[in-house]
Amino acid sequence: MSDTHAQTVAFVRETEIPPSPPPAMEAGAVKWVRENLFSGWFNTIMTLVALYIIIRIVIGVFPWFFNGVWDAGSIRECRDILQGTTGACFAVLVDRWDHLLFGFNYPQDAYWRPTLAFVLLIVAAMPALFYMYIPSKFLIGTALYPFLAYWLLWGGSLWVPIAVLAAIILTGVVFRLVEGMTVSTRTVVAGIVGLAAGVGLAYLLYLGAQELWFISTSVGQAGLFGTIMSLVFKLCSVFTYVFFIPMGIFVGYAIYQSASDGGLVTVVTSLIAISVMMLYGVGPVSSVLNGIIPIELEAVESRQMGGFMLCMMLGAVCVSLSIPLGIVLALGRQSDMPLIKGVCVVFIEFVRGVPLITLLFVANVMLAYFFPPGSGLDLFLRVVIMITMFSAAYIAEVIRGGLAALPKGQYEAADSLGLNYTQATRLIILPQALKISIPGIVNVAVGLFKDTTLVSVISMFDIVGMIRGPIQQSTDWISIYWEPYLFAATCFFIVCYSISQYSQWLERQLQTDHH
Amino acid sequence: MTTLADQPVTASSGSFKLSMLLNDTRYRSLTFQFIALVAIIAFMAFVGGNLVRNLTEAGLNISYAFLGEPSGYDINQRPIEYDSQSSHGRAALVGLLNTLIVAFLACVTATIFGVIAGVLRLSNNWIVSKLMSFYVEIFRNVPVLIWILIIFSVMINVAPSPRDFRGDDPAASMWLFDTVAVTNRGVYLPKPVWGDGSMIVLAVFAASIIGIFAFRNYARKQLFDHGRMVPVFWPSIGLFFIPAILTQLVLGNPITLSYPSLQGFNFRGGITILGSLIALWFALAIYTGAFIAENVRAGIQAISKGQTEAAGALGLRPNRIMSLVVLPQALRVIIPPLISQYLNITKNSSLAIAVGYMDVTGTLGGITLLQTGRAIETILLLMAFYLTVSLLISFFMNIFNNRMKLQER
Repeated sequence: MSDTHAQTVAFVRETEIPPSPPPAMEAGAVKWVRENLFSGWFNTIMTLVALYIIIRIVIGVFPWFFNGVWDAGSIRECRDILQGTTGACFAVLVDRWDHLLFGFNYPQDAYWRPTLAFVLLIVAAMPALFYMYIPSKFLIGTALYPFLAYWLLWGGSLWVPIAVLAAIILTGVVFRLVEGMTVSTRTVVAGIVGLAAGVGLAYLLYLGAQELWFISTSVGQAGLFGTIMSLVFKLCSVFTYVFFIPMGIFVGYAIYQSASDGGLVTVVTSLIAISVMMLYGVGPVSSVLNGIIPIELEAVESRQMGGFMLCMMLGAVCVSLSIPLGIVLALGRQSDMPLIKGVCVVFIEFVRGVPLITLLFVANVMLAYFFPPGSGLDLFLRVVIMITMFSAAYIAEVIRGGLAALPKGQYEAADSLGLNYTQATRLIILPQALKISIPGIVNVAVGLFKDTTLVSVISMFDIVGMIRGPIQQSTDWISIYWEPYLFAATCFFIVCYSISQYSQWLERQLQTDHH
Repeated sequence: MTTLADQPVTASSGSFKLSMLLNDTRYRSLTFQFIALVAIIAFMAFVGGNLVRNLTEAGLNISYAFLGEPSGYDINQRPIEYDSQSSHGRAALVGLLNTLIVAFLACVTATIFGVIAGVLRLSNNWIVSKLMSFYVEIFRNVPVLIWILIIFSVMINVAPSPRDFRGDDPAASMWLFDTVAVTNRGVYLPKPVWGDGSMIVLAVFAASIIGIFAFRNYARKQLFDHGRMVPVFWPSIGLFFIPAILTQLVLGNPITLSYPSLQGFNFRGGITILGSLIALWFALAIYTGAFIAENVRAGIQAISKGQTEAAGALGLRPNRIMSLVVLPQALRVIIPPLISQYLNITKNSSLAIAVGYMDVTGTLGGITLLQTGRAIETILLLMAFYLTVSLLISFFMNIFNNRMKLQER
């Protein structure tokens, strides 16, 4: 039947018709524009408004930027060159480049030191940031970096950071030694250490009790509040007087007892070792070594530092210090012990409830009162203490979120494996909780880095302080604002944006579930 | 689990050994807490002793008597009566109100910016969404202090000074039919003057607002009971404006406006909004708006696509899907981070000190501290104030959040 049919048909097409191109309105750029930009009257208006804003920005910024004067000695010279046309005066950046980056007091011939420290920071951070690609032995370099950076930035003798490093390594050796001892040897060590620690603690508590009594007598004069405070301090003092000997005996005994499993005695011995070495070993050893082989850089004081360098220093130091503190606070807040939990909650909520500026005021005018007379902590250190406390409270909240997000089964599984609290936390809980908390921690870190500009309020000369003070108030560059502020904004943008991009990348890397 | 642990105790409850304080989990936590208590007391002894010694050495004492003494300085924005003869305590109060003013304004404005930017960032319109992500990234990644200073500098350098408004051919002119003057000292707005009978107008206005709510209730009832759609939007607008304006006209304009006018070297009359307030307000709003935009975007994206599709299958139109289905659910995700953004605004408003806006940090923590030298007292008061405000905001917002929360069984 098909044969007959074929003969009657005049034409049979044997090849496929090539597909005709889609209508012009439905293809390529035109389609994309139509669907994305002009799909309705509202969308069209939005597109036009957005285009108008973009064009205004471009018209405003481009001539200003490309007419910019890069070579002039003062703002008046700049205006002479521009002769009334719009144009930026980037000459201020060229003229005050060093001030913007290093502050106006840092010795000029030592600019290579912070620059090198900055380059090394990036190099040293690499093994930690990209740990999945770089062998873990390079992390040793990361661990050595703080000592090197300290020496580069503050100068002085190289032997000081080396001696501190040696003290830390020796402490590690002591830890391993005590841990590896046979029980009978360790019992002897535990007896000696327990005795020393018990006596030392009792003596410290005795001093504390005296101090509390002293406080109670000096606050007693001022009204009802003073009387109450005086009573509280008297109570604390009596409490300490009663307990200083039992506490000493108890702690000594506890250390002695721990000889069999070696937990407490190892930690206490290491602590004693490191404190003795730090207090009495590092100073003499480093000065003797420096006498034999002097390796010195010109010493720079912290108050000579400024500019963007100060922001970077504060940011790097405070972030790295506040993460461990934040972990401790978060674990404390999760604790079953009401007292420890209470202390952590009060600390976190207090710090989160006040602005950073008030804490910086504390660092500036109040903190010195809390240290022994004449201890003379410098402002940089006081600011570091306060900013670290500040960001630690925020990081603690982020990590608490991570801890709370872990399924209860993880805790129970760790318990059923027979792990104790330290092991469970270190091996099971924290690795997972920290992984969940990475985006939050990065957010806090970026916020903290931005907040370092606030130190300009307490007359430290970071980049904003430099612009507001020495640059805007100099006769050459009086009240210039767009160029230096945009420069500062660009510096911060580059750092913060790259950090947040890194965190997003890391989040994708750590994603172990399937989406 | 408890029976296992309790068993040995009942068996040998008499034999308590000292080593149990360390090795028995029931007593160990007590031991740790006792040690912690001793450590806290020792810390207090260290800090308190140093404090007392340092204070006696400097010849200082802790006293709040300075709050009653005359302050001797002026404040450029006074929500309540204040002059340089008023006490330091009153200066602190003025500063406190100024903080609350700028925080409130910035919270409202930041929410508006944030919601608009967050919704537009999800728009299908490529240019608009890119523009919004540009805004968010630029403002989120630069310190707010720099934004405050940039906006403040632009205001005082670009806006005309009051003297430019003088003369026959002034270099600058007022906006909106000569009612608003934008100068580098601030913005001058018309100020309402309450004449006789203005209370009636206000009462009518209040009544019409109540009327709007009643009408909306009625409309909802009609919809639920009879399935009738009563138009709500235009009647509400009408109710809002018409009765009050009619009363105003009938009573012969009891509420009048006093316009700012140039007298001498500055504008007089009208309401002044300081340049520093505007810079701080705008900078806080646009900076925090970028963060809120991210929260809003995350909130909307957290609602699964199935919700939108289901609403579409029910025949709802896109704007109704957004307002009736997506936003109410997204709000539950958005509100908690929004609360912390409001807290951030309140705390960041202390940056007022950088532009000379006299908030509580500027009065109590600034000039009062410098004049009296009472660092500890003023800073403690300052912290107490911010702590109270933060706790109050989070308290009320938590109540609100709990009411919004999904009622689960």
